[in-house]
Amino acid sequence: MTVRTFALPLASLLGLLAIWQGLALWAATPALPNPLEVAQAFGRETASGRLPAQLGITLARLAVSFVLAMSLGTALGILLGRRRTLDRLFDPWLVIFLNVPALVSIILCYVWLGLGEAAAIAAVVINKLPNVVVTLREGTRALDGDLAEMAQTYRFGRWKTLRHVIWPQLFPYLMVAARNGLALIWKIILVVELLGRGNGMGYQLHLFFQLFDVAGILAYTAAFVAVIQLLELTLLKPMETRAQCWQR
Amino acid sequence: MTALSIEIRRKRYPARGPGPERTAIENLSIAAANGEFLCLVGPSGCGKTTLLHLIAGLDADFEGSIDTGTAGPPRIGYVFQEPRLLPWRTVRQNIELALPETGPDRGTLIDSLLRAMDLQDAAHQYPRRLSLGMSRRAALVRAFALEPDLLLMDEPLVSLDAPTARRIRELLVRVWLERPHTVIYVTHDLREAIALADRLVFLKSSPAAVLHQVTVNIPRGRRGEAEIEAFRQHLVEEHPEIRELL
Repeated sequence: MTVRTFALPLASLLGLLAIWQGLALWAATPALPNPLEVAQAFGRETASGRLPAQLGITLARLAVSFVLAMSLGTALGILLGRRRTLDRLFDPWLVIFLNVPALVSIILCYVWLGLGEAAAIAAVVINKLPNVVVTLREGTRALDGDLAEMAQTYRFGRWKTLRHVIWPQLFPYLMVAARNGLALIWKIILVVELLGRGNGMGYQLHLFFQLFDVAGILAYTAAFVAVIQLLELTLLKPMETRAQCWQR
Repeated sequence: MTALSIEIRRKRYPARGPGPERTAIENLSIAAANGEFLCLVGPSGCGKTTLLHLIAGLDADFEGSIDTGTAGPPRIGYVFQEPRLLPWRTVRQNIELALPETGPDRGTLIDSLLRAMDLQDAAHQYPRRLSLGMSRRAALVRAFALEPDLLLMDEPLVSLDAPTARRIRELLVRVWLERPHTVIYVTHDLREAIALADRLVFLKSSPAAVLHQVTVNIPRGRRGEAEIEAFRQHLVEEHPEIRELL
């Protein structure tokens, strides 16, 4: 890695900050606080412990619904990818679920399951699940039949086949599902919290909205984006690099 | 003593899309003695690969029976037409993964095979970084290292340069002589077949069936270019019907 790989994104971020500062100066309204005010709001919220607490709650919900959606979706996707009849049977369901607006499924979950934690998690999972299923179904369909035959002739057995033949082929699809999933769940979970929970980032943002505290909103947004980038850089990226080392 | 006995009444491929139903193999019977080296010779597309698939047990959808003559399921080494290595495992891992979990330690055998194939430096490389020839050789090591009861080979030396192909042929015969096992070797190269086989089995195409069988009676130590060519000439003169296969 050269200095350049960092220098350009850094310069670009500084540019964005400069434009923001300029706009804030020009507009001179509480609706658009400048970067310093947002940083102050960030410091205040962090010092009071409110930001870490709310962020933690949202992250916990995110983790649970992410794991549920990924594991369920992977299992279903592989199943539909392997069984043609099942696929034909459930494909219309998938299309419907893919097209139900997130807001509708969130409202329905709260109506049917009550304003509880289970409903919140279910709403996120239902929104994410079809995406994972479709991606993994694609990956399963693309599995290499030649390698499967090789594994069968050399009697790999179930576990060896799964670990050394199937998993490396599905991994890129899992990464895609995980990336898209994270981005999607982030967005949905806030709406879920806003509509039916008494804590979490979504709830807090709603509160700021009612107080017209734009600096607070932007401070929480910054924390949010930073956490996602951290996950990407420390978890997803290294995993991917390690798994792709066999490619030219 | 017949070890391998193949009786295929019919192997059909169902109609798919616009293509009609196709009979790939009909009334084909081949028997091989234990430890015999058979070469199947026939034009490309005549169903040789299909036949190997059936023998390997990869496709059970056919009329007839295949008896490998072993008590349990046989240990089969299959060298496919393409190398079929796992691209995300190194050459050495590919070879080791194909071995049974239990059994003797084959580390030294793998080492010597890799050396014989001139692959010792590539053992820890990923297959994508190898040339096709090297990948083919790695696939051969994988099959040999298993010490199979039955070795199936589907034109394994295609696209290798002549000296390499000859070296691998010699190695193949050496490995086979050291530890006799039944070999079914598919090729469309008659000279190669004569150099390797105990017996040649000529197949006709669509649907595949045995046209003719010839025992190669040149002693193994004396199969030079000249002897092979003489045998080939003689064969083609004696059996004009196989000429069109070649």
